[in-house]
Amino acid sequence: MTGGVSEPARSQAAKRGRDLAERARAGERRPLARLLTEVEDRTPTGEAALRILYPLAGAAHLVGVTGAPGSGKSTLVAALVGEARRDGRRVAVLAIDPSSPITGGAILGDRVRMQAHAGDRDVFIRSMASRGHAGGLAAATVAAAAVFDAVGFPLVFIETVGTGQAEVEVAAIADTTVVVQAPEMGDEVQAIKAGLLEVADLVVVNKGDRPGAHRAAAQLRAMLTVGRQNDRVAAESGRPRPKRPDVLLATALSGEGVPELLAALDRREAARRAATDDGEVDATRLIRARAQLHGILGERVRARLAEPALEADTALLVRAVADHELDPYAAADRALDLLAGRSRVG
Amino acid sequence: MSDRPIKVLIAKPGLDGHDRGAKVLARGLRDEGFEVIYTGLRQTPEMIVTAALQEDVDVVGLSILSGAHMTLLPKITAGLKAEGLDDVLVTAGGIIPDDDIAALKAAGIAAVFGPGTTIARVAEFIRANVRSRAGA
Ligand code: B12
Ligand SMILES: Nc1nc2c(ncn2[C@@H]2O[C@H](COP(=O)(O)OP(=O)(O)O)[C@@H](O)[C@H]2O)c(=O)[nH]1
Ligand SMILES: [Mg+2]
Repeated sequence: MTGGVSEPARSQAAKRGRDLAERARAGERRPLARLLTEVEDRTPTGEAALRILYPLAGAAHLVGVTGAPGSGKSTLVAALVGEARRDGRRVAVLAIDPSSPITGGAILGDRVRMQAHAGDRDVFIRSMASRGHAGGLAAATVAAAAVFDAVGFPLVFIETVGTGQAEVEVAAIADTTVVVQAPEMGDEVQAIKAGLLEVADLVVVNKGDRPGAHRAAAQLRAMLTVGRQNDRVAAESGRPRPKRPDVLLATALSGEGVPELLAALDRREAARRAATDDGEVDATRLIRARAQLHGILGERVRARLAEPALEADTALLVRAVADHELDPYAAADRALDLLAGRSRVG
Repeated sequence: MSDRPIKVLIAKPGLDGHDRGAKVLARGLRDEGFEVIYTGLRQTPEMIVTAALQEDVDVVGLSILSGAHMTLLPKITAGLKAEGLDDVLVTAGGIIPDDDIAALKAAGIAAVFGPGTTIARVAEFIRANVRSRAGA
């Protein structure tokens, strides 16, 4: 959003962004909260702060937690936070809920399950509405997670609703993706249809206290075993293979299975770290970086085209596409030429 | 951005189980285009202050029908002040006798809304009185 911002405004934003970043890194909570707002609103201040903080991030383990509404994601995250606090780790939570596409409003209710941590200054919980950004929820979420990372939270949980469309985004946001499934929605075929299982690094069958939980876990495991057999065929023909996650059983309400889940997350992160230390490329982080870059590029291009110098020419291009005088591909190429200063439209 | 949605925390302090009003309000304000954080029943002042701080809300709305407003609400406004959140607009509603309103206003509650309040009125009050971001 640097596009239409004046020079004094920009330098003021840079100063404010630096100030917020420094104070958040010193452990002050209010500047951190404000910084998250700036980042979420994609203001010049937020951008200035991110420019300082991004190079300081990268150490945290970002854990995505997704699944159908009511499966127990928030309760499970609260339990995982409690478990991670036992060994003294600072923990951050980003809980994302959908915005109404019509009014833009949202009800963010995940905190209801996490209030037990209110007295703990080393736990920071933040709700975010998806806001229907162009480029989706990923941009603001990845940026907010980078802020938590850079100000010293080694573990960041990101709760998102698994709607069946946002899977790829969810998987790109986090290092490790946990898909939560409740036994009463246990028809595993549903989960497959939704595509959620394909992005899971770990599947948790939650509500282990409910009848059918063990059966649901067994069914999922059996299904994934069949999948593994298919993988061998796929490997021979060089086709891409989906992830084959482990299935864990947990009861978020009582905490049963939660230490095992956190241990599994920690093992995964340790393995990821060992592999990258050995010089392996972290494919998930590459996907995330690409999504970030593409998202910001799109934003920048839109902002530049809206600048006074190009606004009129851009409007002409839009008009020409609307009138079917120009195909949209040609228009896009012309717009790129405009940006490069190579031509005028008129 | 000036077109960002206003963020409102709706909380139920104390051991008050009447949550209809709070839920009606949460949904109504969502439909008015606000981002509403709902924290549920039985919130301590500390929980409410922490949520307001971490969420960087513009407005805190306290719904209370239990009769404990004179002890709980001033604790919450004091807690907000102690965390430097004095620019947050604090409103309350529920069953609160008229006689108590002056004291609550002195304690930092900007306005009190009783039974029968329309969502439109609450939304209008918030839009007219919410802090501006730039100064914060
Ligand atoms: C329904 C009800 C119940 C239901 C609650 C169901 C639920 N989950 O909410 C049940 C049956 C469980 C119940 C139980 C009790 N209740 Co009752 N209950 C009521 C009743 C009849 C209606 C409340 C209601 O839901 N109104 C509808 C909603 C939409 O209105 P509202 O909450 O007032 O909210 C509106 C406004 O006030 C405002 N508003 C509210 N909050 C906020 C917040 C902000 C920020 C803003 C801007 C606006 C705002 O906007 C809303 C929309 O207009 C009232 C009497 C009354 N007329 O209010 C008694 C009443 C509240 N209950 C009362 C009592 C005493 C009890 C009990 C202790 C026992 C009893 N005698 O029944 C228990 C305790 C329960 C508990 N654990 O706390 C008393 C409280 C007395 C007091 N404060 O001095 C009342 C006033 C009845 C009376 N006249 O004695 N109750
Ligand atoms: N029986 C049982 N209920 C649970 C468990 N975990 C969560 N729940 C309940 O499931 C409901 C939805 O939980 P929530 O965490 O909000 O789910 P989310 O929508 O996926 O975030 C709540 O009523 C929880 O109390 C569990 O392990 N066992
Ligand atoms: Mg949730």
